[in-house]
Amino acid sequence: MKSNSRSFKAVDLLYILMMILPIVAAIVIKVLTNPLSEGIDIAGADIYFTLQMPIHNLPITESQVNSAFVMISILGLCLFLTHGICSGKLTARHHIAEWIVEKVKAIVDGNMGAYFSGFAPFVTAILALSALSSLLSLFGLYPPTSDVNIVGGWAILVFILITYYKMKCGPIQYIKDMSDPVLLMPLNLISEVATPISMAFRHYGNVLSGAVISVLVATGLQGLSSMLLGFLPGFLGDIPFLQIGLPAILSIYFDVFSGCLQAYIFAMLTMLYIANGFPAEEYEKRKLKKTKKLVGGN
Amino acid sequence: MLEIAVAIILGCCALGAGTAMIAGIGPGIGEGNAVAKACEAIGRQPECKGEVTTTMLMGCAIAETTGLYALVIAILLIFVAPNIFIDILMSTIG
Repeated sequence: MKSNSRSFKAVDLLYILMMILPIVAAIVIKVLTNPLSEGIDIAGADIYFTLQMPIHNLPITESQVNSAFVMISILGLCLFLTHGICSGKLTARHHIAEWIVEKVKAIVDGNMGAYFSGFAPFVTAILALSALSSLLSLFGLYPPTSDVNIVGGWAILVFILITYYKMKCGPIQYIKDMSDPVLLMPLNLISEVATPISMAFRHYGNVLSGAVISVLVATGLQGLSSMLLGFLPGFLGDIPFLQIGLPAILSIYFDVFSGCLQAYIFAMLTMLYIANGFPAEEYEKRKLKKTKKLVGGN
Repeated sequence: MLEIAVAIILGCCALGAGTAMIAGIGPGIGEGNAVAKACEAIGRQPECKGEVTTTMLMGCAIAETTGLYALVIAILLIFVAPNIFIDILMSTIG
């Protein structure tokens, strides 16, 4: 397909819409369900509706809906960046896509070793989902990462992966590693369980604390400006002039820097935990034994 | 009498949250040490600035965890615990 043909441009437009429309839809849903309220309050995610389930009702919250929208948006971004990619002439977006892939591959290879080089897509997915979820708060939406349920889900996924790679040499070896000195077995068990909890709490605590501090500072500035201008008559006294711009400085740190840093740290810890949990030497020995057995049998 | 009981619950939750956040001292000292050492390292070897910075951020994030546990407890005590305690109080009174 020619890059300047009409159909190419139409597909491009479709992908761009696929990137932007989910965010707009999330904003529209939020505005429709939340009537504008006076003042600022700190609350958890809104429950949009509840699904009737046999054991426990399943509430569909703002954070779940928002994270699903972010996933659609990331899918659109990927399709847009790789649209019309070929070995010939590369445009700017293809260079961006290649840069992302090469960068993540280098990070994964450097931190996890060659055996885990297939982990690059997974790590990129976690990185992109986490970073863009945290950046949603720039649009005034509820960031899904400040909900422990979302981040806890990711942490449990990572925990399953860690345990899978620890059990690569069989469950007996896993238990043997766990109870190396037998007395330390309960401690090892606790530290095993603490891994997903600490990962989830680290990410969600950072984002949530940023949101809470931002709200507190904004409310404080509102009170301060009404104290300074309160003597003026009419609406002049109600203008919260200190609220203009000052909370944005905090937002740069808490929303942009901290969100991206936490995404990076979550991805980094995922890589380190999985790579460190994998008993590489033992696995090599086992593999060698197996191949010897096979050769001997034949 | 009921007002006093509710006031005690709310006040103790706030006190507990404030006391829990004393844990913020630990990560503060730890991260300060980490950044100080990183600055020394960069001063000695400016060419490995990028690597030192990434490692330092990782270490800071891990050192922050204890503070964040305290933060989670404080947030639970402020936003979640009072309602639960007042519900328990109401159900015991009947």
